[in-house]
Amino acid sequence: MTYIQGETGDWEVVIGLEVHAQVITKSKLFSGAATDFGAAPNSQVSFVDAAFPGMLPVINEHAVEQAVRTGLGLKAQINLHSVFDRKNYFYADLPSGYQISQYLQPIVGKGELVLDMPDGSSRTVGITRLHLEQDAGKSIHDQHPSKTYIDLNRSGVALMEIVSEPDLRSAEEAAAYVRKLRSILRYLGTCDGNMEEGSMRCDCNVSVRKPGQPFGTRCEIKNVNSIRFVMAAIEYEAARQVEVLEAGGKIDQETRLWDTTKLVTRSMRSKEEAHDYRYFPDPDLLPLELEPEWVEEIKRTLPELPDEKKARFIGDYKLSAYDANVLVNEKAKADYFETVAKGRDAKQAANWVTVELFGALNKAGLEIEQSPVSAENLGGLLDLIADNTISGRIAKEVFAEMFETGEKPADIVEKKGLRQVTDTGAIEATIDQILAANADKVAEYKSGKDKLFGFFVGQAMKATQGKANPAMVNEILQKKLQG
Amino acid sequence: MTELTHLTMADAIKGLAEKQFTAVELTEAHIRAVEKARPLNAFITETPDKALEMAKASDARRAKGEAGPMDGLPIAVKDLFCTRDVLTTAASHILDGFKPPYESTVTSNLWRDGAVMLGKVNLDEFAMGSANITSYYGDVVNPWSPGEPGNWPRKLVPGGSSGGSAAAVAARVALGATGTDTGGSIRQPAAFTGIVGIKPTYGRCSRWGIVAFASSLDQAGPMTRTVRDSAIMLRSMCGFDPKDSTSVDLPVPDFEKALTGDIRGLRVGIPKEYRVDGMPAEIEQMWQKGVEWLKAAGAVPVEISLPHTKYALPAYYIVAPAEASSNLARYDGVRFGLRVPGGNLKEMYENTRGEGFGKEVRRRILIGTYVLSAGYYDAYYLQAQKVRTRIKQDFDLAFQECDVILTPTAPSGAFAIGEKMDDPIQMYLNDVFTVPVNLAGLPGMSLPAGLGADGLPLGLQLIGKPFDEETLFRVGGVIEEAAQFTATPPFMA
Repeated sequence: MTYIQGETGDWEVVIGLEVHAQVITKSKLFSGAATDFGAAPNSQVSFVDAAFPGMLPVINEHAVEQAVRTGLGLKAQINLHSVFDRKNYFYADLPSGYQISQYLQPIVGKGELVLDMPDGSSRTVGITRLHLEQDAGKSIHDQHPSKTYIDLNRSGVALMEIVSEPDLRSAEEAAAYVRKLRSILRYLGTCDGNMEEGSMRCDCNVSVRKPGQPFGTRCEIKNVNSIRFVMAAIEYEAARQVEVLEAGGKIDQETRLWDTTKLVTRSMRSKEEAHDYRYFPDPDLLPLELEPEWVEEIKRTLPELPDEKKARFIGDYKLSAYDANVLVNEKAKADYFETVAKGRDAKQAANWVTVELFGALNKAGLEIEQSPVSAENLGGLLDLIADNTISGRIAKEVFAEMFETGEKPADIVEKKGLRQVTDTGAIEATIDQILAANADKVAEYKSGKDKLFGFFVGQAMKATQGKANPAMVNEILQKKLQG
Repeated sequence: MTELTHLTMADAIKGLAEKQFTAVELTEAHIRAVEKARPLNAFITETPDKALEMAKASDARRAKGEAGPMDGLPIAVKDLFCTRDVLTTAASHILDGFKPPYESTVTSNLWRDGAVMLGKVNLDEFAMGSANITSYYGDVVNPWSPGEPGNWPRKLVPGGSSGGSAAAVAARVALGATGTDTGGSIRQPAAFTGIVGIKPTYGRCSRWGIVAFASSLDQAGPMTRTVRDSAIMLRSMCGFDPKDSTSVDLPVPDFEKALTGDIRGLRVGIPKEYRVDGMPAEIEQMWQKGVEWLKAAGAVPVEISLPHTKYALPAYYIVAPAEASSNLARYDGVRFGLRVPGGNLKEMYENTRGEGFGKEVRRRILIGTYVLSAGYYDAYYLQAQKVRTRIKQDFDLAFQECDVILTPTAPSGAFAIGEKMDDPIQMYLNDVFTVPVNLAGLPGMSLPAGLGADGLPLGLQLIGKPFDEETLFRVGGVIEEAAQFTATPPFMA
């Protein structure tokens, strides 16, 4: 348990996260307009999204399917009966003056999520619920001195609001939660988790308490759009609350914003200005009734999720928990690894993928999907090591070339003449030459300077441009130096 | 005016088919009627050019043998239906200049079947009213108002909210008109103006493209001079619409076929709770007469009980404003209609909505906001919805004892503009017989039964089982035949 060290003792931080995830669908939750990111302003807006007179919502079945799929991926209860409610408030980017959401009867109930901490440990936290709701449009305040521009492209896009239980106890856990949730959503194909583009946003509920005491008053930090900021905002807010409480003050329940330039949380609206949303069931929509068989079918077609894949990687491939974690957090990475590992030494494959490949990708700022080295080719490289065509050291050279050019390893080995020398006769001859040329060192070695062994190995490798099979060099040198 | 405007739709269909006149001739006669009837203030927007264009196209179709079921019939459209590129106001200042780039499903259906649009008719603002005295475009005058036309000493209301529709049809300015009915807005004005109006079962007509007032109560329906005409027009208006999630996917019957005149053995429910205190004697008498007519035709009257009737009006005046308060939030000056600038967003909202909405609309938005607000939701909105379920259950039980229900449409005939103004509740009581039908989602029809002591029309209401509009037409036809309501308003175009 992490505590904040205050002046009056330790403080426990209690965090609950509400993640808004844009659903991957071709059209919006209640209208047929397109949902593509980055379109010209107001080019993806139907009259329903713009709340023109007489317009009515019609549910997008695929969005419902995606929500159910997500619920199943979070091992949550799927509510076969759920209701859409209107959440009423006025703002210029909310054309109808209400958001169609779900209040008392959401489509998904309680579930759970396993946090993978950096130190390899795991902890299960609770999910309270998931519901479907419309996204609002965008207000752009900086294009005009006195007017606000409104872009309604986003108005009506389907969102899943995923609410966690207040089970998180540190900024690190919060980050692990968001990372894991994002990973699961991407595995399921229900949200692309792209926080920079706003397709996944996080509201952080933070409160502090002395250990053993009831929950303190929480503040909500809205619309945090990166994992880095989630951690920073939580840390800042928790410290702020501790300071207020230790000075004898009390925490006002309020909504705050994370200021990304000043790196502080600021109050957004006070309790007096708090909205009364006047929720009531939307009379333009019927209650959502799901057939159990339809839900079962979605369950049957779920992909293998990160936790299951991790367990399988540990069990079948005998990987460490750490390596397994690194490989499964993105499905594309896990698939890449399995292609490389198929019919090969899994540990060696894991090592090459997580250290060499990921290292090179990170350095070049590339994602796995953009890897210049294909999984097949990396596998091919491992084959060349396994059949002694090249040594491990040479393989690294070949890999670097592969990363540059995308070429096949065998081609590079041929082209550059990097074949390992395994001809014992040739190696013997080379070693004889070296020993002959360094008689003085041979004598020194024989009289006890063991370290010189490395010198002879080095010379042998140099003489063969590194292509001599190191094991053979060792073996032959040993024999010759003994004799 | 000329005889062409005094035809029924059924007769006009026959006349066009027999080439007694052309659609253009029929429309031209009605365009002249629209001009002559301007003192009624029934029209907000006249569309004579469009009407002639549509009439010409109708004649062309007929020449090719492709005439539709309503081809060439000039009708008026309540200005609550969005009509493409034609000003649509909902009788409100806040929709100044709004020309929809789309057509409502119901009017699309009518144009698909060949009808001709004479124009957009007046109504209570946002359909909120029972007298058509809350319109930004002024009051509508009931053509039954006594005295010199255009110089009336005492203007009578046509009822509301579909007052313009009712006045236009009664004054022989249009063969029929579309109306909408949320708490009685088709049936009550039909009763006040001596015409036929039917609100079908909730879900029969699509609400797409109709300016929403109360989503769970609104329904479109026809207003015509005869039962047969309403059958013809309703058939064109109805139909499943996938763009409306509350639209019901059921086939649309040929309602005209229900006009068999045969109601032998039909059980007619007479709800005892509709006999309210202080109801004028002539209403009670007219109701009795209705029962006699039906008995004479072989029907069996049955006394039934709808015990929760007295809670219907309060429940309605909680549910409808609640939904309206949310539906009208989109009228904010941002994307269409009136915008009154302000120093910031909040000011702009307040200026626009304060100026753009009339008093009754503002009253209902405030009521609706209040009953949904934190701390009051359970006591008001939730409770009203529970009462609503009880009212529906009353009807379900009653319909085990009877096949159709007969009641008066309104507790009085048309009153004068300016009366019943002291207390808004007085105005709301006009709807006491009609709102239970909307709360239960049932079909309801009003038809003229006779004239009251003051020579003004009185209407009888028929309430049917869900999706049983056919029984309403069948029984309505019998009442119409028995009533022989041939009286015409003093003012006709």
